[in-house]
Amino acid sequence: MSLLEIENVTLKFGGLTAVDNLSFSVEKGEVFAIVGPNGAGKSTVFNLISRFYDPYAGSIRFDGHDLLAVKPSGVAAYGVARTFQNIELFEHATVLQNLLVGRHRHRRSNVVSELFFTPSVRRQELENREKVEQVIDFLDLQAYRDKMIAGLPYGVRKVVEVARALATDPKLLLLDEPASGLSVEETNDMRWWIDDIRRQMGITVLMVEHDMGLVSGVSDRVLAMADGAKLALGTPSEVQSHPAVIEAYLGKAS
Amino acid sequence: MRIVFKTDYMQDIRPWKDGYQLSLYLILLAIVAAAPWVLDVFYLGELTNVLIWAIAGMGLMVLTGHTGQASLGHAAFLAFGCYSNVILLEAGVPFILAFPLAGLITGAIGALVAIPALRLHGIYLAIFTLAMSILVDDIIVLTEPWSGGVSGKYIAGVDIFGLTIDRWGTPTLFYWMVLTVTVIVALGYINLLRSPLGRSFIAVRDSQVSAQAMGVDIARTKTISFGLSCMVTGWAGAFMGMFAGAFNNETFSVVISIELLMMIVIGGLGSIHGAFFGAIVIGFLPQFLSISKEYVGAVFGGSTVAIPGLEFGIFGMILIAFILLEPMGIYGRWLKIRTFFELFPFYRKDMFKRQKSYLKTERLR
Repeated sequence: MSLLEIENVTLKFGGLTAVDNLSFSVEKGEVFAIVGPNGAGKSTVFNLISRFYDPYAGSIRFDGHDLLAVKPSGVAAYGVARTFQNIELFEHATVLQNLLVGRHRHRRSNVVSELFFTPSVRRQELENREKVEQVIDFLDLQAYRDKMIAGLPYGVRKVVEVARALATDPKLLLLDEPASGLSVEETNDMRWWIDDIRRQMGITVLMVEHDMGLVSGVSDRVLAMADGAKLALGTPSEVQSHPAVIEAYLGKAS
Repeated sequence: MRIVFKTDYMQDIRPWKDGYQLSLYLILLAIVAAAPWVLDVFYLGELTNVLIWAIAGMGLMVLTGHTGQASLGHAAFLAFGCYSNVILLEAGVPFILAFPLAGLITGAIGALVAIPALRLHGIYLAIFTLAMSILVDDIIVLTEPWSGGVSGKYIAGVDIFGLTIDRWGTPTLFYWMVLTVTVIVALGYINLLRSPLGRSFIAVRDSQVSAQAMGVDIARTKTISFGLSCMVTGWAGAFMGMFAGAFNNETFSVVISIELLMMIVIGGLGSIHGAFFGAIVIGFLPQFLSISKEYVGAVFGGSTVAIPGLEFGIFGMILIAFILLEPMGIYGRWLKIRTFFELFPFYRKDMFKRQKSYLKTERLR
């Protein structure tokens, strides 16, 4: 059984079909990339998995659970973490606090025990901190630990978002354009990190990305989309040379 | 320049940075607790008033400063707290039970009110809560058999373990009682902020979309925030009733709601200190104005007759000045001054300047 199964999903915004009868599945342990021109519906697929949108038809299953049966906050509880295309960090909090929010799905305490900060809450906090420190070490964020997000440069924010997603201890990591706006050097770092996330942590990665260098460098399989529908699915080189993909990007030869 | 070296995770979990900071706060607490021996009865009463406002401010700060839900209706919850306290006392419940219960009842009402308010945000939520504040006036009049309606209610002293605590008879005891509750509420607030729930409040405030993606249930978090906020506000309301001695449907008017919101904005949104700084401004300003009016009258020969609306005019001007010049409030200014001395001579002028945030994902609201 695949980790993530998307079957015949259709989403319409009024007359516009944003996702059109799309089916694909992501296997455990792979890096799966979605590519396509602007407006192809890539981020919409992510928002469907995150349950921000309700599909018009179809089913989305993750690790044996029906994702359509839970609230948006329930998706994270199953072990799906994500980043956002335009960075959605908690601006007026420190990097550490941001990452600790990522630990929220492992919360065992309740309002009352937290108001009194009982020893069990203290233990839980220490445990959270230890996990977060592992992520900080992994992504080299030590220098920014106590900095406010509002003062951080763009490149660091991108990494903090990945770190926050990793802090949730996910099974599946959704990366929405992890390399957009990054320098060549930072993109290379991101590439090694994605590779390490898969190899060392055993986390399955599903990403949307425009940088074909990054996509062909790390991904096992690539899905090409245009106008909400599937164009091609296969290895990076297969997809890149697929005639329908070339047509979607460059247009038809006259 | 003082640098705290961190060698232990507990240093980040403990509410104080180091022994130096802890001792400063303990000294402050000792000074405040010793106030009855220093101040006369009038100023002790004023200080009590400031502490009560600070409790109310902490209540609203949880909701507005940390969860980002503006409320213009918190006077309604002051009223709920005040009336349920008195009604319980009249029913023969001892104060030691009636007071906590008043807060819990108000918190429950707040959580109930939150349910229809969940889908509202920003200006719409402000309008909704403003309506609450206006409605409570009518509710008090309509429930006349219990609330006393327009003629109002009175509260004399209360008994705790045989001690009679009365704002007029034993102002010192009343002051200490208010101080104790203030400290308890502040400690609870500190605990909240260093635990997962407090962080999820901040997450909801800063980005609901990513809070959801991290597994934070927005509806639940907002409801809890409303509940906690209203509980604390209810306690403040109970104290306000006891402080005033008499109250009716017009005591907890919309004006009080607006004053509360102004208070936390002036003090500094998003910090416990802000609630206290704001309370000091709101609590002492009327006295300051009346004293300075006499002074001005004496020097320039003007009359000392009350000028209608003067207080609110000054409040308004202070609020506008803060929003224009120091949006982070008194606490923000204090942080800047402190950082200036801590980093001397390395402080840069724009260190606290807020950066324009980058593009936000479509808000999905």
